[in-house]
Amino acid sequence: MIRRIGATPAAVVAGVALTAALALVSVFVGVADVTPGSLLRGGPDGEAALLLAASRLPRTLALVLAGAASAIAGLIMQMLVRNRFVEPATTGTTEAAALGLLVVTVSAPGLPLAGKMAVAIGFALVGTALFLLLLRRLPVRTVILVPLVGLMLGSVIGAVTTFFAYRLDLLQTLDTWLTGDFSGVLRGRYELLWVAFAATAAAWVAADRLTVAGLGRDFTTNLGMHYGRLLALGVTVVATVASVVVVTVGAIPFLGLIVPNIVSLLLGDNARRAIPWVAVVGAAFVLVCDLIGRVLRHPYEIPLGVVVGVVGAAVFLYLLLRSSERAH
Amino acid sequence: MIVLQSVTKRYADTAVVDDVSIELGHPGITSVIGANGAGKSTLLSMIGRLLLVDSGTITVDGLDVTTTRGALLARRLAVLRQDNHLTARLTVRDLVAFGRFPHGRGRLGPSDREAIDRAIDYLDLDPVGGRFLDELSGGQRQRAFLAMTLAQDTEYLLLDEPLNSLDLRHCVQTMRLLRRAADELGKRIVLVLHDINFAAAYSDRIVAMRAGRIHVAGKPTEVITTAVLRQVYGLDIAVDEFGGHPMAIYHL
Ligand SMILES: Nc1ncnc2c1ncn2[C@@H]1O[C@H](COP(=O)(O)OP(=O)(O)OP(=O)(O)O)[C@@H](O)[C@H]1O
Ligand SMILES: [Mg+2]
Repeated sequence: MIRRIGATPAAVVAGVALTAALALVSVFVGVADVTPGSLLRGGPDGEAALLLAASRLPRTLALVLAGAASAIAGLIMQMLVRNRFVEPATTGTTEAAALGLLVVTVSAPGLPLAGKMAVAIGFALVGTALFLLLLRRLPVRTVILVPLVGLMLGSVIGAVTTFFAYRLDLLQTLDTWLTGDFSGVLRGRYELLWVAFAATAAAWVAADRLTVAGLGRDFTTNLGMHYGRLLALGVTVVATVASVVVVTVGAIPFLGLIVPNIVSLLLGDNARRAIPWVAVVGAAFVLVCDLIGRVLRHPYEIPLGVVVGVVGAAVFLYLLLRSSERAH
Repeated sequence: MIVLQSVTKRYADTAVVDDVSIELGHPGITSVIGANGAGKSTLLSMIGRLLLVDSGTITVDGLDVTTTRGALLARRLAVLRQDNHLTARLTVRDLVAFGRFPHGRGRLGPSDREAIDRAIDYLDLDPVGGRFLDELSGGQRQRAFLAMTLAQDTEYLLLDEPLNSLDLRHCVQTMRLLRRAADELGKRIVLVLHDINFAAAYSDRIVAMRAGRIHVAGKPTEVITTAVLRQVYGLDIAVDEFGGHPMAIYHL
């Protein structure tokens, strides 16, 4: 019966409500006290209200947006490549975005953030296209080989990036791009994440087409659609989301891998049904991990990327073992 | 009609489909037979625009398959390949519903739902309609693909070894179903078959391929003969008659 859960409106409402509750908790947890009480006492211009608007709300919104978008990007990547074990961080996409960001930071430091993001997206597109080309050249395409090729491509791009970052003394900056950290999220920077939101909304509109693309070139052609164009659309969404996340808050490892896998186990891969759930679970997962990171060593913070990495690795290992069990 | 003119497909230096000109897709059922590697799948894939021709032209009702808009062709011709590996976890119902995509661009109206239900019913898939494809047996999955192709509701149906991994009962059921679709709905069906007796019993026409060429094409009685079968398969096969159909005795 479990797979029917996702179909009922009640379940959708419950999922969204739970995530909203998590978001509310997230807003009121932090070093300085922001509570509903202090908000009321201070009024609209009080310290608590200012803190809320300048830091807490942006942080929570950034978590929700980045979490949902990254998870959806993972889902789309898995559909396009037809492999469960890929996400932007294992296909060279994230690394390419970081390389692009490094290049533009060095060569045009004065460029506004949106411009830098555009350059990062361009690099991410090329990196992902390279990955798809490599896959096409692959004589055998086993389940494990595909993510391995992606990881290798990612490490090559990453090595180049690290080399230049090292020479230019930008290693620390590079680290912030590649490890999601929400402690520095402020008004004025996180808003770019709405671009990622727009990209995933486009994916939602094209959900049926993307599902068909996930059936492969032959099915897509038979149903009268242009496979190459669908591939381009999907890759654009993935590259945009990955780049925006790198530019604003830093990549969140594993997220795009685990969340779609969990949702697929329960609900299957029909994107029309899966995308809302992937978004909700992605946001909730990130909110929880962020809360863990904030309370574990209070008043210090553990970066989100680290928490997600640890929790995610455990979940992922479980999924991997489970899927190999199912295969036999 | 499906008209092929001097169609050739090469891999490296070998022409696996070699200068083939033929008309296919007469009303009713046309079966394509031939040994492994004869070029049957290649031919079908090219007609279904899953594979590009190297030279020659293919038209369906006058529409060139390489230049006509995909969406238009998808309402006229459906093609199912020989082996379909899906990694996507879709339910049988979802998969069949995607067969309606060319008609409603993703929106399902009442007539679409009807077509889906009918296809699921025809192929005996009701009991597993809500299951994921990776939870089915090989034959059930093959039937799900067939149902999807059927739901597409095109005049032309190209099926590459549709009886693959079906049990005897479902083989017979599927062939009867195709026969009915041809007779009652006016479908034009082209299928690749390995069981020449199924081909003989259910087809209006049989096309025998050998080494990339059309060896013979004609009525079952003209093609299923000891002489032709020897040339096509390199075996001496006795051919008898049963209920008006030629029957090849090839198990002995
Ligand atoms: N991608 C390819 N690269 C090289 N050769 C190919 C390729 N695809 C098919 N061939 C060759 O083309 C020939 C025809 O293949 P095809 O699949 O059309 O045969 P078939 O008649 O469908 O055989 P079967 O009964 O085994 O399905 C075979 O010799 C095959 O080895
Ligand atoms: Mg074949």
